[in-house]
Order: sequence, then structure tokens, then C-alpha cells
Amino acid sequence: MTALQEPTALQFECETGNYHTFCPISCVAWLYQKIEDSFFLVIGTKTCGYFLQNAMGVMIFAEPRYAMAELEEGDISAQLNDYEELKRLCLQIKRDRNPSVIVWIGTCTTEIIKMDLEGLAPKLESEIGIPIVTARANGLDYAFTQGEDTVLAAMAHKCPKTVKEEGEKEERNAIQKLLNFGRKTEDVSQEESEYADHPPLVLFGSLPDPVVTNLTLELKKQGVKISGWLPSKRYTELPVIDEGYYVSGVNPFLSRTATTLMRRRKCKLIGAPFPIGPDGTRAWIEKICSVFGIQPQGLEEREAKIWESLEDYIKLIRGKSVFFMGDNLLEVSLARFLIRCGMSCPEIGIPYMDKRYQKAELDFLEKTCQEMGVPLPKIVEKPDNYNQIQRIYELKPDLVITGMAHANPLEARGINTKWSVEFTFAQIHGFTNARDILELATRPLRRNNNLKELGWEKLVKEEAKV
Amino acid sequence: MKLAYWMYAGPAHIGTLRIASSFKNVHAIMHAPLGDDYFNVMRSMLERERDFTPVTASIVDRNVLARGSQEKVVDNIVRKDGEEQPDLIVLTPTCTSSILQEDLSNFVDRAQMDAKGDVMLADVNHYRFNELQAADRTLHQIVKFYLEKAQKKGQLPTGKTEKPSVNIIGISTLGFHNQHDCTELKRLMADLGIEVNEVIPESASVHNLKNLTQAWFNLVPYRELGLATARYLEEQFGTPYVDITPMGVVETARCIRQIQQIINSQGAEVDYEEFIKEQTLYVSQAAWFSRSIDCQNLTGKKAVVFGDNTHAAAMTKILAREMGIRVVLAGTYCKYDGEWFTEQVSEYCDEVLISDDNAQIGDAIARLEPSAIFGTQMERHVGKRLDIPCGVIASPIHIQNFPIGYKPFCGYEGTNQITDLIYNSFTLGMEDHLLEIFGGHDTKEVITKGISADSDLNWNKEAQTELNKVPGFVRGKVKRNTEKFARERGFSEITLEVMYAAKEAVGA
Repeated sequence: MTALQEPTALQFECETGNYHTFCPISCVAWLYQKIEDSFFLVIGTKTCGYFLQNAMGVMIFAEPRYAMAELEEGDISAQLNDYEELKRLCLQIKRDRNPSVIVWIGTCTTEIIKMDLEGLAPKLESEIGIPIVTARANGLDYAFTQGEDTVLAAMAHKCPKTVKEEGEKEERNAIQKLLNFGRKTEDVSQEESEYADHPPLVLFGSLPDPVVTNLTLELKKQGVKISGWLPSKRYTELPVIDEGYYVSGVNPFLSRTATTLMRRRKCKLIGAPFPIGPDGTRAWIEKICSVFGIQPQGLEEREAKIWESLEDYIKLIRGKSVFFMGDNLLEVSLARFLIRCGMSCPEIGIPYMDKRYQKAELDFLEKTCQEMGVPLPKIVEKPDNYNQIQRIYELKPDLVITGMAHANPLEARGINTKWSVEFTFAQIHGFTNARDILELATRPLRRNNNLKELGWEKLVKEEAKV
Repeated sequence: MKLAYWMYAGPAHIGTLRIASSFKNVHAIMHAPLGDDYFNVMRSMLERERDFTPVTASIVDRNVLARGSQEKVVDNIVRKDGEEQPDLIVLTPTCTSSILQEDLSNFVDRAQMDAKGDVMLADVNHYRFNELQAADRTLHQIVKFYLEKAQKKGQLPTGKTEKPSVNIIGISTLGFHNQHDCTELKRLMADLGIEVNEVIPESASVHNLKNLTQAWFNLVPYRELGLATARYLEEQFGTPYVDITPMGVVETARCIRQIQQIINSQGAEVDYEEFIKEQTLYVSQAAWFSRSIDCQNLTGKKAVVFGDNTHAAAMTKILAREMGIRVVLAGTYCKYDGEWFTEQVSEYCDEVLISDDNAQIGDAIARLEPSAIFGTQMERHVGKRLDIPCGVIASPIHIQNFPIGYKPFCGYEGTNQITDLIYNSFTLGMEDHLLEIFGGHDTKEVITKGISADSDLNWNKEAQTELNKVPGFVRGKVKRNTEKFARERGFSEITLEVMYAAKEAVGA
């Protein structure tokens, strides 16, 4: 056994932080679609606007419910009054779109000029009569998906504490009522009994609606009831969160939200691996069940069945290696799943590693490596892309998961790449979506298998300098 | 503060990066927060670039905010100098560094002491200039830097080349069809017997910049990029320049005549009139197209043109002067250079619009209801919404505007490309219009999996009329769905009732 030479615990390293990722303001692109009655106002410069319009491609043309409050020289030098300017724009938004909430996204510029968004918001909120949520999703502090984390942490403060009046409750449960198709209360309460008796559970993390439904049903099968979801489809339907509620995250980049829910809303966090891949989904459900003292039913078979159905894809990657350059914080969960699929992984780059929030996932990664008999990966926080590329040249991994800035140049040098951002936008959670992850991960291998005979692998003239 | 959904020209640093990454072996280091290196994605995706984009960021984070960049920028410059050995490193300020007001030029001086290559600070203020202005300034700055350096060292070559020669100034990364235009311009120069001395900035080496002075004249094909450099070269070295964009038959001829005048005044004896005639009448198809029946049908059709100065002005002139199309509105988003635009196009259009507010342009298009639009990707989407065809003639652009095939806009081949673009836009519009009137193509719809178009189903008269009211682009699908529905339920005749039932069944 080589086990003795291999490190027995995960190694953590931290590099220079010179890496490519998306600016965290990109979270408006998926959050405005998720929260249907919201409007996102990004208070920043042309640079922010240019990024959004180019990164979001065609979405910009679908009359998005987001806009830039573009700062001009007068704003920077405080010749213009921030409050008056924001009021003017927010009134315009109210008039044109009438949203239920306006989310202000603070950027690098508002940080540097110290624009007091958190202070201005409550005042303006009461003046114009629309709730304003302030999130500082800037590139000074955060990377890519962490933008969602800042927004959800800010929203956690806005969740109601209790269901106050009957009327409100009725409205809050409108969807539920619709689902019950107007059945009488007795029938509904009978349905309620399908659930085990456990304290309320609220899940956090923005997922596409089909995935929400899917995970909800998955837990329902175990008798676990989800009382709410942060965020919900509409701002007006934010879940009730009271002291003592249980919460669990569905994505690895939500550490601030988790902290806020624990410290400010006095919730109990269920720390579990994330429901990415059939192994992750099963571990996630099992952990939730164990907290509630429920004996999970049929999970092992369910997982085995999913693995069976993935075999055609797994065949393609078994024994191959994958290198994560790191840009969206999904890396640990994806690596753990791909290692379970039979891949090896020398390096997991990641923008930021919260070892407490991700503890269960990290333990699970370690366990998976041991069970699969592959060396433990090196986890590189704040990676340095230049150094990583040198390591890629040395290691020659079969697959590099990376941002678009490096994908084409690496492909031209004969290295298979998968664009990492696709994992953020694809549906990857739960048992059913495991196939989608593999569909993405195997695509470069399948494509290059098709082209193998042509001998066109290296398409740059000079060998890259090492 | 300004409420904005869309912008035509990018921020200043994009212009600087476009220039830096166009040169060979020049590296740009942005003083910017995490995520601002989006330029690399654009270059890698849009241009399908095989090489790593020579742009890195010296990250501005919380620590930098608290203590200043201190050694960080200097270290990053020196490190990059060692790793890639670039000839020049351009330190690029962003909106963030503009307000931090760190002494970047001091960092440059310090880094220069340890770096083997040259180090320079791009002199662009984010809040004063946009992408295009910044690109123009940066190119000027780099050229000036290297000419002065050569002058100091006494390495500036003296005299002109033996034969008439030209510098082509302004071809750059992420420029609209720049690569193809460059090839076409080189061909044109070869046809005219003019040597191409240097092309900048695309693929140029900074070491060759000192040779710029050897050219007989400079050609600046685009209004937005290169004029500052050409003016500098004229002032300092007396090199005349031609700034007529050779786009369209008439303008190309005008450009060539200007070149003729300039080189003849320096002792060449050339007469390009024969060449212009030959090309115009027989090589370019555009002049013949203007005479043809096809183009006759376009007479008096209404068009709206919007884009950058170069392309919108050239397009307006082509449409009005060469094809007899009525340009009801010509506009540009180059507000800083609006006077030039107005002067160029006012005799060729009804109305001039100088604005970078997309809503204003969209509203103008809706009000004027042209038969075709020639604009940017944004106008294309306005066109989609209003059902008006659009040819894309200027940035901002998407990946489909970086074609692999040869598609110049300049020179004689450019005139052919533009003719196709214009004609295809209008024909589509006409065809669509005719379809509306006559209720669609009179073709057999494919309704079964096989190739035979025989249908065993009868459409009664009302149902048939109703079907014809369905917009052409979905009619086939509606027909197929209805027949599938009828077949499944064993109806032999399709009536209005069956149609609606089918519609409800598929929930469309």
C-alpha cells in the first residue's frame, strides 16, 4: 500500500489571490430571475455595467429587472447628494416597474467612497414605501458566487419572525393552498401526518424552481417537511424564521448567510455535505434525518440506482485526473463527486475556504478519497493562476475545470477544459441532476474522442514558456 | 447618478487593454479589484484567441484599501517582467484606482529600476474618457514613448523608404472586423504599389515603432482610433496622414485620390484613376449592384443607421449616395466627437441623433418605423422586438460578429460585403411583408415523419382560414400539432373546434 506515503489529512495552502473569477455582482443575473418581484440596482461605475452586460450575454435584452446606478464624477467628489440621487432613481424604478423590493448592490466604488448604503436605505425605504435590501457584493471582499451569499445574508434580516395575523398567513400559504386544491383542513392535516414531528426546517440557497421541487420531494419521502426556503419565489413570500428553527445550506458558498441565521436569527445550523452528486445528496438527507432522529428509508437503493444509470458517463472518466483552478466555491463538492466517480484530483483551487461551514463536506471528501484509494487533493485557497498553469503543464491533467479566460488557450495547448461557470448555471443538485454534472464534465472528453483521429491537438506554434 | 441598462462604449481601461494586448509581447497589469479582469474572457471568447491574454491584475482588496498598495504593484510588475519578459508593461488604472489616487506613476518609476523591460502608466482617467478615447490616447502614448526613446538614443532612422510606403494605424483587438479590414487594406496598398511600412497596434512589436517615421504617409482607417497618433507624427516628423475611411465605393475612391495627392507631392508620380475605374466598374460589384433591378426596388426605402462614428457615417453615405435609400435617421454614440459626425452625414439623412442612451434610440426607431436598421447588437434586438430586420455594422458586438470567413468592411471587397449585408436585410424585410399580405408561403407543409406531404386530413374552410391567420413562423408547428391531435383522436376533418381543442391540449 502506498497509503503510508500519502498525506493522511487534507493539505491547505494559500497563494497570492491573482486569479480570474467573476465579480460578485454577477449574482443579480440569477437572483433577479429567482425572486420574481425584485429589482436589483447595482450602484457602481461603467466597469460594473460593462461586466454585467457582457457576462450576461443575451439576458440583458429580455427587459431585465436590474439596472446600474452609474456613478459620475459629481457623485465621487460628493458634489451630488447620494440620498437625493438614489431617491430619484428609486422613484423612477418604482414608477416603471413597481417591484416589491429593491436590492441595492454596493460595489467597490461605494466601498471606497464610503457611501453609507445601509444608513440611507431605511430612510429612503420609509419615504418611498418599498423595502430596500442592501448587499455589499464587491470585488474587494468577495468572489463570484459569494455575491449571492451577501444578498441572502441581507435578506435573512428581513424574514418575518412569526406568522402574525391570520390574513397574512393565508396569503403566505397561498401556494400551499393551491397545491391542496381547496381540500378541507382535515384532509390537509391528514397529509401533514405524512411528515415526522420535527422542528421547523428552513433551507437556504437560490436554486431553480424545478430543483427546489425536487429536493423538497426528496425530503418529503423521509418525512421531513421544509417550512420555507430562503430565497423564495417572491420577496413577499420570504419564510418565517424564528428562534430555534433549523436551517441547512444547499450550496457551499453561503457561509455568511449561515452565520447570520445562527447569530442573528438564533437558528441551529445542520452542517452537512451539499446535495451535489448522488453521494452528496444521500449524505445531505441522512444528516438532516439524523438531526431529527428519523431513520432514512431506501436511500441506499436510491443512490445505487442513480450510480447505475450514470455508468455510461463514468466509464469515460474513471481513472482520469481533474484539476480545479477555482473560481466559484463549488469546487470541493464537485471534486468529491468526481473522485467518487473514479477520478483523481491533484489540486482543488478555491477562492475562499470556510472550514467551519464546509466541515462536513471536507470530511466527506477525505472519506471519499480513502474509500476510493486516491491521494488527498491539495486545496489551494486564493490561487495564483500563473503558478497553476505551470503546475498544469507539469501534471498534464485529463481535465481542467477553469474560467473562460484560460479555457481556449489551454485547449489550444492540447489540454481538455470545462468552463467552470456552467456548473453555477446548470442544475446540479439532487439525485436526478447528477447526470447533468457528468454531462458537463465529460463533454470535452466526448468531443475530443470524436476528433481524436485528426491529430489536431496542439494548435499553437511555439511551445508555451514554462 | 444615471440609471443605465446598457452602454455602447466600455470603460476607459478596456481601451487601454485593447491597445496593450494588440501589440506583441506587451503586458498590461490592471490596478483593479477581483473580477475586473473580464477583458480576458472577452478576448478569449470573442476572438477565440489561442494564447493567454497578456493582462493580469494587481488585486486591490481590503488590505490595499487600508494600507495602500505599497509594494504590491511594484512586486507584481517586476514579477511579470521576470516571468514573461515582455518588452513593455503598461500599468492600467481602473475606476477603482482613479478614486484611490495612489501615486501609480511613482510605482512605475520604482518598478522600472528592477524591470528589464519598459514600464509605463497609461494616462487615462476613468471618469473623463470612454473605451474609444482611452484606446486612442494609449496608442499615442506608447508611440510617443518609443519615438522619444529612440530619439534620445539617436536610434531614429533618418529619411523615408525608397518606394512610397504607409503606416496603417488603428487596427486593434476586439475591433469590429479589424482583422479582415487589415488584410484588405494591405491588399489595396499592394495594388497601389505602396509598401506597408508598419501596422499598429495589431501584432506590432514596440521595437519597430521607431521605423514609423520612415513611411511617406499614415493611413487612419477608423475615426475613433489612431488620429491622435497620426497627428503627433505629423507635428513631430512632418508625416502627412489620410483619414478618409475607405468604406463604400465613393469613399474608397476619395481615399485613394487623397493618397495619390500626398505621395505625388513627395515626388512619386502615380495616377490611380485607371485603377479606381477598373475596380469600381468591374471588380467591386457594388457599383453594378446600384444599377441593377434589385437595387431599384430599394429606392426610397427608409433606413435608420446607428453606431460608432466611422461605421455609421460610412453606412449613411453608402445607403443614401450609392443605393438611393432614404436614411431617416443617422446617429452615433460617440458624443465626444458629435460635431464631426453631424458634418459628415447631415446632407445624407433627415435627422441626426447623437446619444448613448439606448432607450432614446429605441424610441426613435419605433417612431420612424424604418424598413431596415443598420446598427449595433442592441439595435438588432430593438429590431427583433419591433419586427424590423437589422444589419450589424458596429460595436458593441457579439461572438457572431467575429466571423472566421473573410468579411472586410473596408476597400473594394468590403463594398461587396456591405452590399450583401444591406440587400439581405431588406429582402428579408420585403419577403416578410409579402408573406403577411398573402398569408404565407404556398408550400406544402411537412406534416408526417416521412417526406411525402400528403395529408389524410381535411381542413374545412373556416379552420383553414384560421390557420392562415397564424403568424408564418409558427404556422407549420400549429398545423402539425393540430393534425397529430386529430389523428390520435380519430377525427377525419379539422374544424375550428378541433383546432381549439388541439391548442388547449398542448397548452399553447
